[in-house]
Amino acid sequence: MTIFNPSFSSVNHYSATLPPDWPGGFWLHWGVFVVIIFAFVMAMVMGFIYLERRGIGRFQVRLGPNRVGPFGVLQPVADAIKVLIKEDIVPAKGDKWVYWLAPVVAFVPALMIFAVVPFQDGALLADLNIGILYVVAISSVSVVGIFMAGWGSNNKYSLIGAMRAVAQVVSYEIPLVLSIIGVVLLTGALSMNKIVEAQTIPFILLQPLGFLIYFLAACAEINRTPFDLLEAESEIVAGFHVEYSGMKFALFYLTEYAEALAISAIITTLFLSGWRGPILPPFLWFLIKVFAVFCLIFWVRSTIPRLRIDQVMAFAWKCLLPLALINLFITGIQVIVWPEALPWAVVFLNLAIMAVLVVLWSKFFRLGGGRVEV
Amino acid sequence: MAIKTEPFVINIGPVHPSTHGVFRMRATLDGEVILDMEPVFGYLHRGIEKLAEGRTYTQNIPFTDRLDYLASMSNNLAYVMAVEKLAGISIPERAEYLRVIMAELQRIASHLIGVGAFLNDCGAFMTPFLYMFREREKILDLFEMVCGQRLTYNYMRIGGVSQDIPEEFLPALDKFVRQMPSFIDEYDQLLAENEILLARAKGVGILPKELAISISASGPVLRGSGVKWDIRKADPYSVYDRFQFDIPIGSTGDTYDRYWVRIQEMRQSVRIIKQAMEQLPPGEVLTEVPHSLHPPVGEVYGHIEAPRGELGFYLVSDNSIAPYRFHVRPPTLINLTALRDMMIGWKIADAVIIFGSIDICLAEVDR
Repeated sequence: MTIFNPSFSSVNHYSATLPPDWPGGFWLHWGVFVVIIFAFVMAMVMGFIYLERRGIGRFQVRLGPNRVGPFGVLQPVADAIKVLIKEDIVPAKGDKWVYWLAPVVAFVPALMIFAVVPFQDGALLADLNIGILYVVAISSVSVVGIFMAGWGSNNKYSLIGAMRAVAQVVSYEIPLVLSIIGVVLLTGALSMNKIVEAQTIPFILLQPLGFLIYFLAACAEINRTPFDLLEAESEIVAGFHVEYSGMKFALFYLTEYAEALAISAIITTLFLSGWRGPILPPFLWFLIKVFAVFCLIFWVRSTIPRLRIDQVMAFAWKCLLPLALINLFITGIQVIVWPEALPWAVVFLNLAIMAVLVVLWSKFFRLGGGRVEV
Repeated sequence: MAIKTEPFVINIGPVHPSTHGVFRMRATLDGEVILDMEPVFGYLHRGIEKLAEGRTYTQNIPFTDRLDYLASMSNNLAYVMAVEKLAGISIPERAEYLRVIMAELQRIASHLIGVGAFLNDCGAFMTPFLYMFREREKILDLFEMVCGQRLTYNYMRIGGVSQDIPEEFLPALDKFVRQMPSFIDEYDQLLAENEILLARAKGVGILPKELAISISASGPVLRGSGVKWDIRKADPYSVYDRFQFDIPIGSTGDTYDRYWVRIQEMRQSVRIIKQAMEQLPPGEVLTEVPHSLHPPVGEVYGHIEAPRGELGFYLVSDNSIAPYRFHVRPPTLINLTALRDMMIGWKIADAVIIFGSIDICLAEVDR
């Protein structure tokens, strides 16, 4: 575990001084962490692809990939080799530059999120004092890449997918940020590491409603089922990446999983008390929680049908946004009433509030309708 | 300032994951909303009706397998019944019961695919589809037992069925019939309690009762619109008048109702199979039919309630060994004529599930 925590001992010492006292010098720290993050993301994405395919195979009463390597663990490697040697097709009437750039623009932000994710106490590339704000800002850049792909392909299906993506991400950004503010209110800091340190009680218990909203909004943000409208296979074939092949397609595929990994890591950090945990080393706790969140994501994917675009928008504005505001309001009051640390009683209070609100909304908020007179 | 927009035309199909074959919809869209839709079909036309005029009555049975390949047994049944009516052949009672059992099993298998594909169109990422396939597999195993085939059975013959059931068939069928209702219950629960599915399917793609009747729709599409019309009751053929079963009907005629009707019909089919198993008489399964059949000059229309609706065969005989005219009334082609009316004003995502709720088989539409 030492490799992830090269030489510095105290986080406070590390982040309080300006300019930061980079352990081992700026460039060593930077270089080591960039390599670690890249390797971590690639390895985890490979693992996730394998896990999801095997897992969904089980959900769908079949075996899943089991031919390449023991239990099929080398299937992602085989897939990677396959896409590498595939022909790279560029649409003749596409916008070449935009088409070329799109996969990169989509992939890089997903990777950049990991710069502020604490793998264990203080083990992160940059402990920005605006960490969570950085995550929110960077994670919404991916949609630019998706829109570029949809536009550059010069294909009607991809354009529809890209338009859906933009509408969806812009709408879900708002409840997403509002649900994070609840956590920030409790912590009093924006730094990811401070948020983890503040979680003597995991925030999923203190902020159950916030967790729910964040999880749903994040699923919409990374376009996972039931919000996978932009690549809706049964409607618009493959959506924004319908024209992509070879390695460019693989980059989009990687983006999808890297984003899922990023969201899992952020949920772990914000709501599941990050690397904290008894007995096991912190890094392992972090990994276990990330895998648990990811399993939840693909469980949802393999069971739930897709929403329609107007229903997706209605859900964001009429359901998630009011709930997020109410959650913010309640959290604000609680922070004022108990200025030090929230007592355990609040856990039950908040769970009860969440249950009441969710039941209320499911009673009075109805999706449906949608026919337009023409 | 309003942004200037204009409608655009998009081709959904012929190569598209949700067209269930090679169907093509030329849709005019305003953003996501469908302004106009023009169905284009014929990509799978093989000229079966013309080919059939050059073959004997018996040789035509395998052709009917290839009409609606998801309901081959029903197609066999409709055709051989039309020929028997034309030639005035009566068949042994045991064969009638076996035909009913096979036709009802086929109805379950076909509805399983219909419902599974519909859920897949809703975006449920293959899971319901594969669960349906798991159950369908059991029916295919039963069919394999009786005729050795799993897709194109060619089991029915003019004058009965090709062979009697093996002795392990009835225990296997009994086991299936006992398991099936609990599986249908499981699915019904998913249907009734899944909020997203209800939001997607309820009220979408309504086919009014009057329109359904005026386009002569049939099968679950018609019954979903609330018309109690089932040829098994309205014009009983084979031995259907000896069984007790209900005709489930929908209320509003939306995609949800069509889906619901299919689920309920599976239950009724299980009921029929149970009764048929109890009443199954011993005896012959095939009567003596002349090797080269020369039906008397005349014409006949035989129809049955196939899983997708009224399947009819219109045969004209000129006393030769081949039919002079061989015409099929494919249920899904007729049901498809309402597609445009159901779709206009809905969004692309709805268009896909409305199309899926008709449950078509392109091989039958194009012939």
